[in-house]
Order: sequence, then structure tokens, then C-alpha cells
Amino acid sequence: MTLQTDTAVPKQTMQRPRRKPLLSMAAEISGAAYLLIAICAFLLFIAGWFLATGLGVAKPIFLPSPLGVIAKLGKLAADGTLASDVGNSVYRIMVGFLIASIMALATAILIGAYRFWEAAIEPFLDFVRYMPVVAFVPLTILWSGTGDIQKFLIIWIGTYFQQALMFKDNIKRVPADFIGFGRTLGMSDLRVLMRIVLPSAMPQIWDTLRISLGWAWTWVTLAELVAANSGLGYRITVAQRYLQTDMAIGYILVLGVLGLATDQIMRLLGRHFFKYERKS
Amino acid sequence: MQAHPKLKISHLQKSFANGRSPVKVLDDINLEVGDNEFVSLVGASGCGKSTLLSIIAGLQDHEQGEMLVDGSPINGPGRDRGVVFQSYTLLPWLTALQNVEFALRETGHEAKDITEVARRHLDLVKLSRFADSFPSQLSGGMKQRVAIARALSYRPKMLLMDEPFGALDALTRGQMQELLMQIWQEHRLTVIFVTHDVEEAVYLSDRIFVMGLNPGRIKECIEVSSARPRPTGIQHDRETLELQARVLKSIREETRRVEFD
Repeated sequence: MTLQTDTAVPKQTMQRPRRKPLLSMAAEISGAAYLLIAICAFLLFIAGWFLATGLGVAKPIFLPSPLGVIAKLGKLAADGTLASDVGNSVYRIMVGFLIASIMALATAILIGAYRFWEAAIEPFLDFVRYMPVVAFVPLTILWSGTGDIQKFLIIWIGTYFQQALMFKDNIKRVPADFIGFGRTLGMSDLRVLMRIVLPSAMPQIWDTLRISLGWAWTWVTLAELVAANSGLGYRITVAQRYLQTDMAIGYILVLGVLGLATDQIMRLLGRHFFKYERKS
Repeated sequence: MQAHPKLKISHLQKSFANGRSPVKVLDDINLEVGDNEFVSLVGASGCGKSTLLSIIAGLQDHEQGEMLVDGSPINGPGRDRGVVFQSYTLLPWLTALQNVEFALRETGHEAKDITEVARRHLDLVKLSRFADSFPSQLSGGMKQRVAIARALSYRPKMLLMDEPFGALDALTRGQMQELLMQIWQEHRLTVIFVTHDVEEAVYLSDRIFVMGLNPGRIKECIEVSSARPRPTGIQHDRETLELQARVLKSIREETRRVEFD
């Protein structure tokens, strides 16, 4: 039954297609060229930084040189400060994010599957979602002090409400006929949910997790900036207090790298888990 | 028709809520389908043919009327009626084989036979070679063949098909029709087939129910008497063409009647 279509391929399509100019809209570029352009952008940024500090445009107290920042980071890494700060922040994110994600998924299933719970919960979630997370910082300190619990709480407030609505959307996008198919097999609602709906929605749910994990980095830093005695955000406020601009900048860079790294790990894991979506 | 039809529908009625006044989509549907019979539901879009099939499958409810399968009333979906949907419903994280196995497992087949039964059904739709392919690697026609294998695997009493070849190109569609015909011929099945393709309906069916518009109802039943097995190319015989024209005319009368309402 399979059709053979490879019999008469016209000669012309075998030739290499003429390449469009680099800057025309939607022009294709190779993977290597992409990487090269990206690296150049980074180098340009660093060169600008060297130039600004080398020419004395900015005083070191406002903008230390890249080498100074790296030296400072090296020192902090050597004496263990950096590792302990990273460890504290990562721990807070892991716990806060995990709790938020599990609760959000449970909520999403409830409001995605039952109109009653949707009416009872969703408008309220929508309402809370529009309250700025930063506005909750003083309250959370009042409620739970300045320890880890308060950090979990801020991460939770910042991610749970968004996640619940996004997960719900992920679940709602499962085709109705998938559910119909399960029903015709005589599967119970719970079985359809566990064996068809959730696995179908999983690639999208994973994307939502990946996006919201990025936000969690912002929220943990925020919480640590305001009130903490450890963590990356805390170290940045210390740097400000003692005018250690090199440390503040170094830590901001570390946060950027950590965010990028977690995102890439999530992306690679996703590609591994959902291999079946690929064509070959 | 036999004393005990496979499916008997009497006085079925269905409305959709539309603001304050409900709109009647199916009115007083009466039909019987015999054992091993192949019937089609045809009609202009909006006649409710897919809705009717969905009600027979138990996936939508209805206000009035009775449905009997083998003489006993049905409520809701069940393993006695297998469905092949127009949209692709293979579970994307399972291979072709695993998709068939999934249906067998969920319908309570003995674990030790599952793989063997699944393989046999992939063989039936000529896809043994693609047993370990994921749906994303299969063409539209192949996906529908797996869906047919999957629906047949757990031996439902009836196969309900909702424009299963509607999304396929003409060439693949023709091949699928032949394959379906062959399976039906060899395995004797009761099939209810929804289509808007008159040629397809005439080629496949024993009887064709033409549905009317506003509200949806059974307008007439046209018998296709050509002998089986029907050879390829029969679609272009004079007799068949005349029958196609008759079905088409019956559908057109309805659209015209509604336009001038």
C-alpha cells in the first residue's frame, strides 16, 4: 500500500538552492553560523565593557573591569562562599517550585475536568494572579519571618497561580476525541484522566514547568534581596552595603548563567522524554 | 430484515441548547441495521450525521428515543461499539503496536495474548513493518489503518466510522476504501459509516441512509444491490454512476429546499 514517490525526481531540485542574503526576512542560516553570530554578540558586549572601564569612562566603584569581577568571583569560589550561596538558593527554588508545581497540577486537573470546580476556583486564581508578587514580600515576612519558609512562600505565590492556569490550558488542549476514544473502550473517567489525558498533555506541561522555573529564579532572588542571611540575593545586598560592586555584578552574572543552565537542562530532558514527537 | 437487527433506533430526538430556544438537530430518527450489514449515513453538512453516529457511540446524549443493540438498550459508550474517528486518535507516545495493545489491555484482554492479537491486527491492515513506529512517523493513511486495527482488535459488535478517510488525499482514500472492503468481506462486520462522499458511500455500502436538513432526519434509504465482492473500478460502471447521481440528487433536494425556505 505504501506509495513509491521517489521514481522521478526532477533534476533541478537536486541542485543546491541559491542562498538568500543573510539579512532578508526568514532567511535560513546554518547551525554553525548561528552559533558564531551568538558568540560574536557576547564578545561585543564584553569588549564594550573592557572599553568602558579601560578608558576610565566609568569609575571602578560603579563599574569594575571584567577581570576584576572574575577575580572577585574566583576568590569567593575559593573560600566556599559562592558554593554555599548557590546551594542555599537552589535548595529554596527546588522546594518552593516543587510544592507549587504539584499543587498547581492538582488544581489544574480539578478545574480542567469539573466545571463546578472551575467556577469555584478559576476566577479567584485569576484575581490573585494580578496581584504583584513583590507586594506580598512584607506580608510573608510578617507571617513567617525571614527564614526558608518565607522564601518558599514567595516562590509559591509567584509560580502557583500562573502554573495552575497554564496547566489547565495544557490539559484542555487534549483533543476531545482522545477522551471519546477512551470512553468507547469502557474506561472510567479516572482512568481516562491518568492514562490518556495526562500523558497527552505532558509535553506541554513540561514546557510550562520550564517557563515557570525561569520565573522562580527571579522570585528567590527577590526574597533574598529583601530579607535573608544567605543565598545569592542576600550576597548582592551585602555587596551594595560595602560598595563591593564587583561582587554584585559577579553574582548577577552567576544568576544569569544558572538560569540559562537550568533552562537548557529542562530542554534536553524534555527532548529525551518526548522523543516520540519527532518525525524520524 | 431479520427479526433481531444488530442496531435498532426508534424515535430518537436530539436538540442543542442555543440561547433560550433549543435547536432540534435530529428529529424522529428510525433505523435498523442488520447483522454484518454495511450502511452509510450521507447528507449535506449540518444534517447531523456525525451527531447521530456520536449518539450511537454513546459519546453524546439525546432527549428521546430508544437504541437497542442486539435487543438490549444501550446507555453511554461501551466495548460493543468500536469507533474510528475522523481526527487522528492514535496516542502519540505509544507505537503502532502499543496503541493496539492499549485498547486490548483496557478492554480486559488476557495479558499473555495481547501482543500476539495486536500483531495479527496490524497484519490485517498491512502495517506489520511499522509496528514499532510512533504515530508522528506514520502518514495519515497509515494512522487511520492503525486506528481501524485498534478498533477491530477487541471485537466490538459494530464498527462506527466517522468520515475516517475525510482527511486523506484521493489516492490514499481509494486504497483505504479497498482495504476496508476487503476486511469487511473477510471478517463480516456490522459497520455504520458516515461520509459526505457519495462515491465512497455507493462503493462501500449495502444501504445508504440519506439525511435531510433542518431538522436532521432520515430522508430516504437507498439500497445498493451490486454484487460483492465489488471489483475495483466499479465506481465508473453505468449502474453505479446512476446510483451515485440518485443519492446526490436526494441530498441536493434538501439543500435546495432549505435555501428557499
